[in-house]
Amino acid sequence: MQNNIWLVLLIGGLITFSMRFSLIYLFGKFEIPETLKKALHYVPPAVLSAIIFPELFIQDGALNFQLTNIRLLAGLIAIITAWFSKNTLLTILVGMVALFILGWLQL
Amino acid sequence: MKESQKAFWDGVKAEIPLLVGVFPFGMIYGALAINAGLSTLASQMMSSIVFAGSAQFITTQLVSQAAPAFVIILTIAVVNLRHMLYSASLAPYLKHLSTKWKALLSYLLTDEAYAPSIIQYEKEGIKPHSHWFLLGAGLALWTNWQISTALGIFLGARIPDDLQLDFALPLTFIAMVVPVLKKKPMIAAALSAGVVALLAYSLPFKLGLILAALVGIIVGTLLEKANAK
Repeated sequence: MQNNIWLVLLIGGLITFSMRFSLIYLFGKFEIPETLKKALHYVPPAVLSAIIFPELFIQDGALNFQLTNIRLLAGLIAIITAWFSKNTLLTILVGMVALFILGWLQL
Repeated sequence: MKESQKAFWDGVKAEIPLLVGVFPFGMIYGALAINAGLSTLASQMMSSIVFAGSAQFITTQLVSQAAPAFVIILTIAVVNLRHMLYSASLAPYLKHLSTKWKALLSYLLTDEAYAPSIIQYEKEGIKPHSHWFLLGAGLALWTNWQISTALGIFLGARIPDDLQLDFALPLTFIAMVVPVLKKKPMIAAALSAGVVALLAYSLPFKLGLILAALVGIIVGTLLEKANAK
């Protein structure tokens, strides 16, 4: 990966730049279709949820819906915190503390 | 003071409140990147080459899971698609500039530079020096991001493994996604993507992630269209 990472950074950077540059450069020559505009709003929740779910539900390579899955419990506590506070740093802090305490209780 | 200088510093000033929120993020990114196994140089350079918060967090996550390069690149592309919206939205205000200026401002065009700039442009309209405002906002954010990344890398290398810092990454994503779950199509997009991600977890090359994201995007878009009818 360490060799590949530079390739990822260069191509990833180039793609990011191209997207930012694209329509500023092509002004007047190209319009984003309405449907695509709508679809773009769903990119962040879709991608982020696709990362969050496995992090919470999959333990040692298998689905785990049990209460023994402390990452799931800590994640749920973080989701409730985020819902009510809408505060990013508080959410991270509460989630980490919850994971720590739950892990300690399990011992 | 010259008009261009004034516009530049107005941009910097407008960016300051956002910097307060972004600084801890840069630190968290730096710490997580180091703990995901990226080298100091690669962690820092990602902040200057890619320069896009959420894409950097996701790249870090995928690197820690040893996802192949093409999946990471594809994911960066999907995550950063929204920048085309910013590009479209700012284009009319920047159309008179040289290609060099357009390229420089595009490089600096992040969520946090876009937000105060579009507000300013919609309020004031186009003036000969308005592009200096975006430059000021963009450079302020850029500098802040590089410094906070460096500090995070420095501190992150000193955090012991048993603190399970890797969990901070999904927590960061939870904090980003939960507040946008207001309307039904958004919630459906998030839930369907999450469930597909679990079902498709065993697909090779982390392709389940891309598949899940696409399903979520399609579900959200279709539901929004159905609701509009």
